Amino acid sequence: MNKLVNSIREAISLSGLKDGMTVSFHHHLRNGDYVLNMVMDEIANMGIKDLTVNASSLFDTHMPLVGHIKNGVVTTVMTDYIAAGLGREFSRGIMKNPIQFRTHGGRPADIALGKTPIDVAFIAAPASDSMGNCSGKYGKSACGSLGYAYADAMHAKKVVVITDNLVSYPLEDWSISEDYVDFVVTVDAVGDPKGIVSGTTKITRDPVGLVMAQNAAKVIEASGLLKDGFSFQTGAGGASLAAAKFLKDIMLRKGIQGSFGLGGITGYMVDMLRSGCFQKLMDVQCFDLGAVESIRTDSRHQEISAMHYASPAAKSAVVDSLDVVILGATEIDTDFNVNVHTDSNGYIMGGSGGHSDTAAGSKLSMIIAPMFRARLPIVTDRVNCISTPGKDIDVLVTQGGIAVNPKNIELKNNLIAAGLNVVDIHDLKEKTERITGKPHRLPKGDKIVAEVIGHDLSIQDYIYNVKGE
Amino acid sequence: MRRSMLFLPGNNPNMLINASCLGADAVIFDLEDAVSPAEKDAARILVRNTMRYMDLCGCEVIVRINSVDTTYWKKDLDTILPEKPDLILLPKTGAADDALIADEYMSQLEEKLGLEKNSVGLMPLIETALGVENSYAIASSCDRVKALFLGAEDLTADLQCKRTKEGREIEYARTRLVVASRAAGVDVYDTPFTDVNDDEGIYADASLAKSLGFTGKASISPRHIDAINSVFSPTEAEVEYAYEVMDAIRLAKEMGKGAIALRGKMIDAPIVARAERTIAMAQALGMDRREDK
Amino acid sequence: MEILKSASAGTIESSDAYVEIEPKEGALDIQIESVVKEQFGEEIKAAVKDVLDENGVKNASVRVVDRGALECVIRARVETAILRGKGEE
Repeated sequence: MNKLVNSIREAISLSGLKDGMTVSFHHHLRNGDYVLNMVMDEIANMGIKDLTVNASSLFDTHMPLVGHIKNGVVTTVMTDYIAAGLGREFSRGIMKNPIQFRTHGGRPADIALGKTPIDVAFIAAPASDSMGNCSGKYGKSACGSLGYAYADAMHAKKVVVITDNLVSYPLEDWSISEDYVDFVVTVDAVGDPKGIVSGTTKITRDPVGLVMAQNAAKVIEASGLLKDGFSFQTGAGGASLAAAKFLKDIMLRKGIQGSFGLGGITGYMVDMLRSGCFQKLMDVQCFDLGAVESIRTDSRHQEISAMHYASPAAKSAVVDSLDVVILGATEIDTDFNVNVHTDSNGYIMGGSGGHSDTAAGSKLSMIIAPMFRARLPIVTDRVNCISTPGKDIDVLVTQGGIAVNPKNIELKNNLIAAGLNVVDIHDLKEKTERITGKPHRLPKGDKIVAEVIGHDLSIQDYIYNVKGE
Repeated sequence: MRRSMLFLPGNNPNMLINASCLGADAVIFDLEDAVSPAEKDAARILVRNTMRYMDLCGCEVIVRINSVDTTYWKKDLDTILPEKPDLILLPKTGAADDALIADEYMSQLEEKLGLEKNSVGLMPLIETALGVENSYAIASSCDRVKALFLGAEDLTADLQCKRTKEGREIEYARTRLVVASRAAGVDVYDTPFTDVNDDEGIYADASLAKSLGFTGKASISPRHIDAINSVFSPTEAEVEYAYEVMDAIRLAKEMGKGAIALRGKMIDAPIVARAERTIAMAQALGMDRREDK
Repeated sequence: MEILKSASAGTIESSDAYVEIEPKEGALDIQIESVVKEQFGEEIKAAVKDVLDENGVKNASVRVVDRGALECVIRARVETAILRGKGEE
């Protein structure tokens, strides 16, 4: 049996892709990805139209997608995250059908449940053998985990592995196995290593970020959850990384042995593993070279699929065993609803990713954000878009005070007893507006450009177009 | 209470507007070394506006003006004094005369502005060999001087030695400044620890400063503020002992006794004074007296 | 006293504002570019006008590039530009 085909065009042709079908992509190569553009360009050249693109995330490198949308090649987009440059285009209302935003857990759930069937999955693989046993851990385009690609491989009708590193059969230590794969294509490069993972991620030197991070670590220390068996997830933002650093200091000082670190993994989480803060890392995505090197060499650093990470349709997911998650926000309202989809002018510039999944699953979900960014207060009466509902958020940490969701009285009492600066979120909003002034609210557009589907798989909000310019 | 003081560059809006949120008991808005000559005017106005329009939430404000041998310092004071900073930090103070020059001009301004005399304090920054040798004269030069401040970076350059983390080279200056300040009855603040990434080093350096008698310590990074605050806060045992001292004194008064011993040691006036300071600080920090007594 | 020469103040870093001022015959012309124009455009213009009035500036062209500065920062940058334009600094 020969799965090797000569070109992407041949693979598309053999896959039987036709007008109106769905193609899918993963985003482990992030802003360095070449594969989505190569495949979509070829599809456009072949004259196939009216496609649905289901991509776990879209980055600004995927800007050519705008052309395919305008030409009718792509008519529906499903994703978990859209970067700011591309998001701006979508917010102008270039699509007839609204974008469907899901969470990192919701996407594989809907794929597995058959709600969003995939006809052809194109899987960028930094290493593959001729039968399609493939991995993200090896090769010049190494990205580490391939966690988001599993659902696509397991449920798509046809699976095409695209690699720039064909190794002899069988690839050792594969992530996705050949039994799911129909075709294997080799190309010169699946991505630009510079855009795939960052070098070393450094903690912030911004004083406000440091203060927030110190407060975040103190909140975790005072929460009652920081004890042996502790589990933790944090983002790759400067303040979140600094919080992890301060948390590590506390854990080492107190001799606390955690159980696992989860999520998108950075070198900082690897440091925590190596210094004994955790027994395991559960890794759905690697953010930097330190994480990639670790997942390749350290058996305690385990790759997990997006289903295993966060799927609400799974029998259980790791997020359900998570103690603490640190998350960001572009806005949070006085009911603790969080927006991570749109910027202050209403343009799409992100997405839930694992935000809503981890917030729903964890015992303590913490938002860390400055009181204001560029004069715009973080706390509003009502967020432009509910990405994660307030019922799943426990606490907001800013440089000017810590606001606890009234639903979590125990946490509030613990933080007050620890002498932390606990404030009411309404007071925090007023305090911030005294500094910044009260911003005028922008009118919403008249056209829905995106639906936001929550961790519970139901539509929880809509995003409207932005007028003007 | 002024355990920690945080330097913030005077022409950096992002730093200034967050001054009150960085955890320091006092912030030092810097118009001197952190501001280039071409931006002195801009920084002075920016710092003035920050003081005028921002709620600094009870955080003390100190402004480091330029030294009296420059052309900037009077304009600095003209612009800043109407906003009533708590202290003016006067760099390169080498002799009592330097402090007196600033004092005289500040008095004129206070009168012009209708402010009470000495309402804005002066904190000479001792950062030259001459300043160290003249430290008592400077500390006692006028009523406006509320504290001395040791600046080790410029001092070690002047001493022609290398500034080290351990700080052996500034041992003499530290002890000399503490003695001079205490002799003059003013506070004394220690130089910043400059390795912002050394989280253990700051504890050791702040603890050393406290053990020598410093009132508090300055910092160039908010990352060090927690360590400085905790080192310069009284411990629970110290607070408890202070309350015991005050209880014993009250008891002695009630019983008409002149002298009294506690834990086998005579309580004299300095011990009482220290106990009073400790209790005042504990109350300011919201540290309650232990209930188990 | 009026603006005698063109001058500038501030930076285009986040939370700061960059202000340019130059003499203009018989008119006061204010141009605002801002990352928060939708939310704070009117307030910014009013603050700039206020500082110009306080300093007696009636004939000038002023351009403000605001990077999300608080009002006290914008006021400081405008005032600095005026003083520089008057040749007082």
